[in-house]
Amino acid sequence: MSFSRRAFIKAQAAFAAATAAGLPITAETSNIITSAEKTSLHWNKAACRFCGTGCSVHVATKDGRVVATHGDIKSEVNRGLNCVKGYFLSKILYGEDRLTQPLLRMSNGKYDKNGEFTPVSWEQAFTVMADKFKQALKNKGPTSVGMFGSGQWTVWEGYAAVKLMKAGFRSNNIEPNARHCMASAVAGFMRTFGIDEPMGCYDDLEHADAFVLWGSNMAEMHPILWTRLTDRRLSYPHVKVAVLSTYEHRCFELADIPVIFTPQTDLAILNFIAHYIISNDKINHNFVNKHVNFRLGNQDIGYGLRPEHPLQKNAEFADNPGGSKPITIDEYADFVSKYTADYVSKLSGVSVDKLNQLAELYADPKIKVTSFWTMGFNQHTRGVWCNNLIYNIHLLTGKISSPGNSPFSLTGQPSACGTAREVGTFCHRLPADMVVKNPEHRATAEKIWSIPNNIIPEKPGFHAVEHNRMLKDSVINAYWIQVNNNLQAAANLNQEGYPGYRNPDNFIVVSDAYPTVTAQAADLILPTAMWIEKEGAYGNAERRTQFWHQLVKAPDDAKSDLWQLVEFSKYFTTDEVWPADILDKNPNFKNKTLFDVLFKNGHVDQYSLKDIAEGYDNDESQAFGFYLQKGLFEEYATFGRGHGHDLASFEAYHETRGLRWPVVDGKETKWRYREGFDPYVKPGQDIYFYGKPDGRAIIFALPYEPPAESPDNEYDLWLCTGRVLEHWHSGSMTQRVPELFMAFPDAVVYMHPEDARSRSLRRGDAVKVVSRRGAIQSRIETRGRNKPPKGLVFVPWFDASQLINKVTLDATDPISKQTDFKKCAVKVVKV
Amino acid sequence: MNKIRLLFPALLLIAIVVFAEENITTLRPNQAITEEAEPPSMANVLNTDIRKERNYPMQPPIIPHKIRNYQVDLNTNKCMSCHSRERTQESQAPMVSVTHFMDRDGNFRAEISPRRYFCQQCHVTQSDSTPMVKNQFKDMYEVIETNKN
Repeated sequence: MSFSRRAFIKAQAAFAAATAAGLPITAETSNIITSAEKTSLHWNKAACRFCGTGCSVHVATKDGRVVATHGDIKSEVNRGLNCVKGYFLSKILYGEDRLTQPLLRMSNGKYDKNGEFTPVSWEQAFTVMADKFKQALKNKGPTSVGMFGSGQWTVWEGYAAVKLMKAGFRSNNIEPNARHCMASAVAGFMRTFGIDEPMGCYDDLEHADAFVLWGSNMAEMHPILWTRLTDRRLSYPHVKVAVLSTYEHRCFELADIPVIFTPQTDLAILNFIAHYIISNDKINHNFVNKHVNFRLGNQDIGYGLRPEHPLQKNAEFADNPGGSKPITIDEYADFVSKYTADYVSKLSGVSVDKLNQLAELYADPKIKVTSFWTMGFNQHTRGVWCNNLIYNIHLLTGKISSPGNSPFSLTGQPSACGTAREVGTFCHRLPADMVVKNPEHRATAEKIWSIPNNIIPEKPGFHAVEHNRMLKDSVINAYWIQVNNNLQAAANLNQEGYPGYRNPDNFIVVSDAYPTVTAQAADLILPTAMWIEKEGAYGNAERRTQFWHQLVKAPDDAKSDLWQLVEFSKYFTTDEVWPADILDKNPNFKNKTLFDVLFKNGHVDQYSLKDIAEGYDNDESQAFGFYLQKGLFEEYATFGRGHGHDLASFEAYHETRGLRWPVVDGKETKWRYREGFDPYVKPGQDIYFYGKPDGRAIIFALPYEPPAESPDNEYDLWLCTGRVLEHWHSGSMTQRVPELFMAFPDAVVYMHPEDARSRSLRRGDAVKVVSRRGAIQSRIETRGRNKPPKGLVFVPWFDASQLINKVTLDATDPISKQTDFKKCAVKVVKV
Repeated sequence: MNKIRLLFPALLLIAIVVFAEENITTLRPNQAITEEAEPPSMANVLNTDIRKERNYPMQPPIIPHKIRNYQVDLNTNKCMSCHSRERTQESQAPMVSVTHFMDRDGNFRAEISPRRYFCQQCHVTQSDSTPMVKNQFKDMYEVIETNKN
């Protein structure tokens, strides 16, 4: 399409001459295309492929290709806007190196762990893969196979994966990468409210008088929510914005109360605010007396490291981190009374004046306040506590579940809520907040799935961080990764990630659209259809479920994760994976394939191809002969309907820009637990936290405890990692869009100019970032969007050529098992 | 096109014979996962002031100039000192699109909507770096032309 300026002027001149001479202009001679047929574009809605905001986009296709995308004007989430990533969605499918056929490591025509990647057919690929899974199951049983999925799976992909793993292979070793991003939020919700996901919705953004950001860089990570917050702040001058972080970032451009605190001391600041509310008699007693219980949580709970680590051995409650006992409100008041302004100011480095300003936003009954948090809270060795402590503040003041009063946990991924959390693709979970430990929950799942009793194992599987440890230790031997790049994403790559992938005892399968770092470390790579190359459903952070149709074909032999999961189930028979005693008791299930019992079970296969909306491809359904997505969705929806997780009809989601569950009688729910908004709250109840048996939420007494690793004389800097606006996660899509690549090509080390000077470093110098676990090479950046205080550096993790997770520590929150990617000790030295 | 596709596996096999340690990770070329290499020199922001053709009409134009130290915060928006309606005659910079005057409800207002206040959420500069992977996105004109033949 390059067209020099000279040629352009020449063409213009010829055109002008023709029109001046009165010659007729044909379609060929005109300088614009006028044929209606040629210029027509086929527009359809889809949910954005990137973050948890869940924007709706309009996608234009022409002759089987995406030619444009833009923000969907009809979507309540984004009303016609997109961020820069969203505006370039059109290009994510078209990286030159799309994977288009399965690649197996082979030598001399046979699978070889040390062989070279060789193109094979899907049948060859699945035959070898099934053989490896069967070997593992036979040798060591169901705990030796595992799957690592994603909050970027569509709803039905996650659901099919749970069925294949928990019912098919009888293994609970299935985890989503959402364990790295949202597990602390989930555990926080379950502990305080007994039911997952926010009570409020994005409409809070147009109602609040004050916003407090706790470890959330919304300006870069949830840009469209930031546009709504900015709109509210600038349109209504009484609105205040407080931004808390361990370094200065773009959100500080809008901050009325900017707060930089010492890492980990957010725990103390939260307790200070509770103490401020109590000591200034700003408790909403009516609310607290009716709707709240108080409990004291276990302390000294360890750091989620390997059990032999000294920090684990020395921790009193490493074995029962989530334990708690009831206390009175007076005992609670006494507990937080030590978090005075002076004490917390000294600990956190935040001035007493700022602490008081911040606390007053919550304490003043006239101010409607919305708190937002993301990875600053969740990726934290006390992440669940942070979540509990922020709920404490909203509960003490009754500022919850009403427009503008909202403790709001934002999700990172497009379907961390819809797939990972709601479907329950965690090692301990089942759909609709149910858990494998509970025999009634297992029985419910087995009944809905029409499988024999006692198929689903009782014991939770290994969680995400343990997956890597168990691969290294040869406990998990057959492993399948879909829609994520966990080798780049997980902490402590050198010691706990890479060794397990290349362990000769293990067979590693990676399904991806592009050759990622994780794919490089795999034994079998499966080429995967992405985004609108398949019919899909995502659920965003405000409980909004959104659908899209398949709009284009995947290249060559690439197949969706859904097709892969369902097709792979055909390679197993029940007698190969289920115990003989269960089959003897249920002879109908003998000699069936897993495809027969999981997907051709009378529910999932009950909708015919004729039900697919006219004019749309659906490659998976065509392959299996029934409307697979609708069948899976309807079976899945059975779990939640009537239980507080009601989903609308399948068709409703194709017609709307999504609906927020529970959807009862066709009506979505904006604020849960509040009479008049939530159909589960009965007239006269006012507020009812129905996730708990007595309808009361819990305020937890929890202390400040130090982080797992802090800077010392040798490793003298804090390292915080995270994302940048222009790149999504590990960059496998956005780094392949030239405009996004050129906007932010390489990772850098953001450092305070004085820290650079004292190390004789200048902007642009090549450096090593070194921890006790590993090192990367990068370059120093002392300007730009992130301004760390002295003593802290920030390094983004999108860059495959600078694997910062070689440096990070795999310490987790002991309750949620979520890694703390925000705090470890490093040194920065000149190369 | 078909010929090229058929050739591709053959080329791949040749490549396998040549390179003992095959690296398929396009975004980490010539560098094993366990190794570390010095990153390229820090890229410079392009400051050509030459407008770049958009990939499609709805794409936000990229910023073809440096914006270092541009203040955009609670107090001021430096970008609008050239790109606002009343400054474009003087600056000869393009005016922000009319869409920017629409609020959430689609009403046109007297000034740009505050939801568009932070320009860099959609508009980004470009550096003098070279993308590591080519993108095969086709312009809609190209698709229409292909269709014609």
